[in-house]
Amino acid sequence: MIIPFTKGRLSAMKQKLRPLELFMNMLFFLCGFITVVFVLFITVYLIISGLPAIREIGLVEFLFGTKWASTASEPSFGILPFILTSIYGTAGAILLGVPVGFMTAVFLAKIAPSKPAAVVRTAVDLLAGIPSVVYGLIGMMVLVPAVREAFHLPDGASLFCAILVLAVMILPSIISVSETALKAVPSEYEEASLGLGATHIETVFRVSVPAASSGIAASIVLGIGRAIGEAMAVIMVAGNVANMPSLFASVRFLTTAVASEMAYASGLQRQALFSIALVLFLFIMLINVVLNSLLKKKKG
Amino acid sequence: MKKRTLTLLLSAALCVGMLAGCGSSNSGTADTPSPSSNPGSSAPVQESKPATLSGTVVTNGSTSMEKVMGSLIEAFKEVQPNIQVQYTGSGSGAGITSAQDGTADIGLASRDLKDTETGVTQITVAKDGIAIIINPENPVADLSVEQIAKLATSEITNWSEVGGNDGQVVFMGREGGSGTRDGFESITGTKDACKYQNEYTSTGEVIAAVASNPNAIGYASLSAVDETVKAVTVGGVAPTEETVLDGSYAVQRNFNFITSEGTPLSDAAQAFVEFATSTDASDLIAGAGAVPVAK
Repeated sequence: MIIPFTKGRLSAMKQKLRPLELFMNMLFFLCGFITVVFVLFITVYLIISGLPAIREIGLVEFLFGTKWASTASEPSFGILPFILTSIYGTAGAILLGVPVGFMTAVFLAKIAPSKPAAVVRTAVDLLAGIPSVVYGLIGMMVLVPAVREAFHLPDGASLFCAILVLAVMILPSIISVSETALKAVPSEYEEASLGLGATHIETVFRVSVPAASSGIAASIVLGIGRAIGEAMAVIMVAGNVANMPSLFASVRFLTTAVASEMAYASGLQRQALFSIALVLFLFIMLINVVLNSLLKKKKG
Repeated sequence: MKKRTLTLLLSAALCVGMLAGCGSSNSGTADTPSPSSNPGSSAPVQESKPATLSGTVVTNGSTSMEKVMGSLIEAFKEVQPNIQVQYTGSGSGAGITSAQDGTADIGLASRDLKDTETGVTQITVAKDGIAIIINPENPVADLSVEQIAKLATSEITNWSEVGGNDGQVVFMGREGGSGTRDGFESITGTKDACKYQNEYTSTGEVIAAVASNPNAIGYASLSAVDETVKAVTVGGVAPTEETVLDGSYAVQRNFNFITSEGTPLSDAAQAFVEFATSTDASDLIAGAGAVPVAK
């Protein structure tokens, strides 16, 4: 008796709302479509503007050339130093940031009493909200001179400083995503483990963490994405000379290579900067694909 | 057919409107002072200059002059709204060539003409002084141009070699493509030979970095230097607007307009040259980081 009534009323409402419904549907579709259009536009634009320079310079020469001298009288455009710096810098940031971030996530999700956890969580959220230029500024004014003093270097701006800044910058994403993954572990798993006589810490590391592993992996990939795409903070602490990377040398990342020369670039130099952006874009796409497959695995 | 007629009519109306616009702005610009003080220019001075001109002025050349040209063009629009001044940054060499072959009305060069570059004359619009800056803690007060070049190319690696404390020289500068970098390297003769420890994308960053490292040396536009760093005297001459103007400060160069000797300038181009060399433009040039020459 109830069912036909409800059905009837619903369809009546449907009749009444149809134009509005249709309009809203269109609006949502349009909004979704705009995003797709932007992604497609950026992709196509980067490919179109990035390819000419690669064609002129030669793919191998461009990707594996070790000398970047874009404004010299005989310019050379090799971006291997930038690629390696970006990889080393990101790896270094992950190496430092992941253990700290992971432990913080475990602490927040499984160990901390609610009051201290709330304090730490607020701090993490604030850390996520700090603009990258502020990280860069503090890095430039505090970290760079400190590194110079501590290691008796002629100048502190180096890959090492960039790694330190990036490690701090990726902490929030690692912590919050890992924490969510750890919290999503069904409590039955942990109860069973505790019931079998395992201690709390044993349970966390043997049961909860393995159960949340795909989420934690996703957090690391997210951190990699953030680190490799960061430009502003890095440009202020890394020194920006196109050297082959070494820990205490002044280096230039893929992002900063584009950012630092774009203002006055012209001709082939400008085109080559677009090509660097294309390479960076491919890196980030690759990271996104990895992230997506990890998240899918988590669901399946 | 009818549509086309309508279009024609409408465009005709537009043209009339534009002309009317010119007429009304006549009175507006008539009282704008534009003295034709024009040092070094061999171009004939216009006798009876109409208050409002129209046309296009093509300028092409030095990328270092981009900022100066930008503010000049912007301000010139206010004075002569119907003159379109175009700027293309292609380098001083290309700017001189374009003035020689007539592809540009005014070539732009951030260096003086060489003896081999004939058929054109230069009008110095502004001078660009580049200060050599070191940390205030550094006791070095004076360097010669050769010493600066050697410091930049790592031929001198310790400050004790030029009378300073024992400490490794840290040379900082601007990114490739920067006009200041180009100016510094061409004046000191260190093009493509500089060994940079750090490269920054703005003058402010160079100054901040030099201010935070006791062994640093860098260069910056004269107008940007503040008290957080020490500008050394070069060959005993302190970098000031006066020493740049009288030519005694060595690390400087001219910003020149290059005009053809054979073909006279168009009225519009002449008006722009007069504007750029007038005292009205002095503040604009100073604002763009260069030293104006007009008195």
